Amino acid sequence: MKEAVHISGAPSPGPDLQELLVLVARGDQDAFTQVYDQVSGPVLGLVRSVLRDPAQSEEVAQEVLVEVWRTAPRFQPSRGSAMNWVLTLAHHRAVDRVRSAEAAAAREHRAALLDRTPDFDEVSEQVETRLEREQVRRCLRTLSELQRQSVTLAYYRGLTYREVGELLSVPLGTIKTRLRDGLIRLRDCLGVNA
Amino acid sequence: MSTAELHTLTGAYALHALPEDERLAFERHLGACEACTQEVRELSATAARLGLAVSVVAPPAMRERVLREITTVRQEAPSHGRSGRSGAPAGRAGRWSTYALAACVAAAAAFGGVAVWQNQVARNAQEEAAQARQQNEQLARVLAAPDARTSSGALEGGARAAVVVSPSVNRAVFLASDMDRPPGGKVYQLWFNDDGSMRSAGLMDPSATDDTVLLDGPVDGASGMGITVEPAGGSKQPTTPPVALMDFPKA
Ligand SMILES: [Zn+2]
Repeated sequence: MKEAVHISGAPSPGPDLQELLVLVARGDQDAFTQVYDQVSGPVLGLVRSVLRDPAQSEEVAQEVLVEVWRTAPRFQPSRGSAMNWVLTLAHHRAVDRVRSAEAAAAREHRAALLDRTPDFDEVSEQVETRLEREQVRRCLRTLSELQRQSVTLAYYRGLTYREVGELLSVPLGTIKTRLRDGLIRLRDCLGVNA
Repeated sequence: MSTAELHTLTGAYALHALPEDERLAFERHLGACEACTQEVRELSATAARLGLAVSVVAPPAMRERVLREITTVRQEAPSHGRSGRSGAPAGRAGRWSTYALAACVAAAAAFGGVAVWQNQVARNAQEEAAQARQQNEQLARVLAAPDARTSSGALEGGARAAVVVSPSVNRAVFLASDMDRPPGGKVYQLWFNDDGSMRSAGLMDPSATDDTVLLDGPVDGASGMGITVEPAGGSKQPTTPPVALMDFPKA
């Protein structure tokens, strides 16, 4: 019989992302491989939620991951976690792409695809993802309807607050406030401290 | 824009929802406003959690391409340079049909469901269905409880496992992904660890490698749980050494 595996409440073992990224900044390709394995799923998932198109999403996710390699020396741990840095980069790139001229034209008719079931309920995913999803879902439920719509349209669809306001027929000042107080409520519910 | 107005832009900024001109104005403000800087840091970290929640499994071919590509890409020299966004002006005309709006709202609503858990309990027999429904509700209650806490980690052979405990509901949920099937004729049995003595907490589905199980019985004073391989039908007491032991998360 093999040794029992003991699992404690501590976060996952191995060098953490932060340390790995510092190694990557010094040109360590093995460290990058480990970073890749931790962040590629979240990066691709996020890009895909914004862009929808699978082929284009993979292309952008790949660009983001190469950019992580290229710009790792820019990462400053004091300004936030490594995952946060990577996902911020990914969101920027996805949003840039979706707002670019050619994408804007295509988007009009892509709107028709928006009612397809989103990726949220894929089944065969890792335990951590299922838990993260469930927590985020639970906390989104604590938001008001307008807060939730504003935050999800901005984040998952890459809309500007002006577009969100137009789409929901709500004054711009209100949208700005809802994006802020919605995120604040999410922050408190998720227990984010940065 | 007045300073008071600028302070309210932290959320939109953290979500990258500001048009280019306003983003630049707000970044100038950030340089001078400590409160907004801190708030942006927190709200960006919050936005990243929304990103994590839609994580997928990236295809192996992408991994190969990226790992190959980086061997040819020169890294930036360390500097303090800001990430200058090569943003094209966002001057597109956003016309959204009512249909698109309805679709967006529907997508947002779907997000609030517990659909993921539903398919864990697809059984045929009426009785089992009723029992499963009840379990599923219980399961959802544990996961949704405000005091729910989670421990997670890796098991033998690449499997992942987590346990979620809610003291207020007094129940626990065990989740596993990619577990090896138990040997033929055997099952995985779950146990509460009551200060070293094991109390049965039910069986896992022997045919599933991914499973979400509401542990049988109240958590009460249990400090953790264990998993053993037992003959089909389970045992009263563990008959083999545990294949995994997990501490319950501290409140
Ligand atoms: Zn300010």
